[in-house]
Amino acid sequence: MPDWDEQQKNPDRDVYGTASVTEADKVDARRTDEVFEEAVEESTKPLGLWADTWRRLRRNHLALVGLGIIIVFLCIGSVETVFYQAHWHVRSSAEAAAAKAPGYLAPYDPNAVDYALSPQGLGAPPSWSHPFGTDYLGRDVLSRCLIATRIAMLVGIIAVAIALTMGLLLGPVSGYYGGAIDSIIMRIADVFFAFPYILFVLLIMSVLGQGFQNVFIAIGVLGWATFARIVRGQILSVKSMEYVEAARAQGAGDLRIIFRHVLPNSMAPVYVAVAMAIGGAIATEAALSYLGIGIQPPNSSWGLMISDSVNYLAAGNWWWLLFPSLALVTTVFGFISFGNGLRDATDPKLKE
Amino acid sequence: MAERLLDISDLSTYFFTHAGVVKAVNGVSFTLHRGETIGIVGESGSGKTVAALSLMGLIPDPPGKVVEGTLLLGDRDLRTMSDDEMRGVRGNDIAMIFQDPMTSLNPVMKVGKQIAEAIVLHQSKSKREAWRMAGELLARVGMPDADKRVDQYPFEFSGGMRQRAMIAMAISCNPDVLIADEPTTALDVTIQAQIIDVMREMQAQFDSGVILITHDLGVIAEISDKVMVMYGGRTVEYGPVDEIFYNAHHPYTWGLLASLPRLDATEKARLTPIKGQPPNLITLPEGCPFTARCPHRRPECRDQWPKSEIVGPEHGVNCWIPKDERVALRAELPHFKEPAA
Repeated sequence: MPDWDEQQKNPDRDVYGTASVTEADKVDARRTDEVFEEAVEESTKPLGLWADTWRRLRRNHLALVGLGIIIVFLCIGSVETVFYQAHWHVRSSAEAAAAKAPGYLAPYDPNAVDYALSPQGLGAPPSWSHPFGTDYLGRDVLSRCLIATRIAMLVGIIAVAIALTMGLLLGPVSGYYGGAIDSIIMRIADVFFAFPYILFVLLIMSVLGQGFQNVFIAIGVLGWATFARIVRGQILSVKSMEYVEAARAQGAGDLRIIFRHVLPNSMAPVYVAVAMAIGGAIATEAALSYLGIGIQPPNSSWGLMISDSVNYLAAGNWWWLLFPSLALVTTVFGFISFGNGLRDATDPKLKE
Repeated sequence: MAERLLDISDLSTYFFTHAGVVKAVNGVSFTLHRGETIGIVGESGSGKTVAALSLMGLIPDPPGKVVEGTLLLGDRDLRTMSDDEMRGVRGNDIAMIFQDPMTSLNPVMKVGKQIAEAIVLHQSKSKREAWRMAGELLARVGMPDADKRVDQYPFEFSGGMRQRAMIAMAISCNPDVLIADEPTTALDVTIQAQIIDVMREMQAQFDSGVILITHDLGVIAEISDKVMVMYGGRTVEYGPVDEIFYNAHHPYTWGLLASLPRLDATEKARLTPIKGQPPNLITLPEGCPFTARCPHRRPECRDQWPKSEIVGPEHGVNCWIPKDERVALRAELPHFKEPAA
């Protein structure tokens, strides 16, 4: 028997046990056919290219791992870029310790030389204060690895941006106009392909001179042929589409047709190539630095660190070979596996 | 007489290929007046589409070239125009509706943007204004939820909706001449009827001249005022729609009409095809291209192209068979026999 007096005092009290009817229950209390129709509409709604790609990419675990690696290294790279300048001139370990700023990932100044940390000039193995050990000048390997991430990311992005820009200008011109222009551009691309890659970069570097920016330019200039070829091939098939003719029948000019109608429909394989090319550019930078014509000391780069460490390997200094190599391999693996996943995800023929 | 929009005479468009010269269009003439619809009929490869593309200046060169003829738009000569002037004509004075709405919209561009593009290209309108007009145009061609649809991509549209969008694109700059290249071929019959209605309405509203290219005589009968029958790049017969359907004079036209399925046919009746193959456009005879398939051919047919003969009001035919004989021959054809009362 409900207690009526009690209810008067406290009208919110749940005398009939109806409070368990939640908002969700109320929503579902609508007419069934209405709910059903909505659900059907929701499930049959076509997805756009990117939503569809993401849906398929999500199932590819290797590609997701790659994406995770890319994000982590990009974050490290951008944090280092933002905070590095403040520490540029700090040279000694004491100064570095004093200047150690919060939010800066590298625990020490990567360029600070401290012979106390390098007994017999062979560096010190990993310890709690230097988790990746120190090198022959007593520099902290972890800090140098982290700061090298910045260089690697910059090379990857800037070099590929240069290559992509050239490819996206020359490829469409070549594919759309055809004829003599096409032959000339594509023969030049063939020359770029025919040359041994490292040798060609060496050549360009020796012409431009050594230097930070020249590494970007050399790797970038070499990459254009890949993009130009991909874009050209795409455009050859897209330009004969009826909507291109329809655009022409509307009175659109060549430039508008190329950049508004043809190019946007040719981009899917380009995104894949970009992901792959970034990994490739990072590996090339490492190779150049290893050969001594890339990034110059005291700046740090994974390739440079590997090159330094190799001479001391006989003395058992595994740590300054292992960590930069791991960083390099992981990054390149990240970009390549993400690129691979992206290719599978954008390929309409590979339906699940 | 209504204003004359187009005056085409002796249009010849050839394609110079490795295999030889393809005479796709060979001495075609016609005029189009305001508010008029001309249907061009003929089988695949008869030169219908090439004739239309020649008007638009869209023949791929090389290998194609308009080798002869005067193409007058009003009193402007389309053949002597520069590329820039031609771009100003396309979409603005002459617009085109393409055959396959599934492939003639850019898949990565919003429908509204594609319609707005033509407006921005030819009229000094802001993008915002063009976008608003795109929505209005879509509503005008009978698109439900036009203001929502304008913001969608082509893949969210059905075939009929896409063709409506194509029509909206074509009429966006109020063109004098509207060329519809088989606008209903890729659509269901029910949608075809809707699209024809839309086109008829738009023509009435904008008072433009329409060139309707099709191989569907049903569509022609429905909306054309005049009909031009093409075969092997030549006009074989030309006239008002009723003349062509009820007083046809060319054996090819007879063949076309006879090949139509009939409502009053008996159950076992078979369709009547035109025997033989479409002609090879490289090895066309000097004379009538239909000679090889014509059941009534004569010795002179192959070697010389007959002059146009006037056989009725605005009704011309190019055939070597004398008029009296033609009428007699036609009376023998089952298709033209009066149905038994």
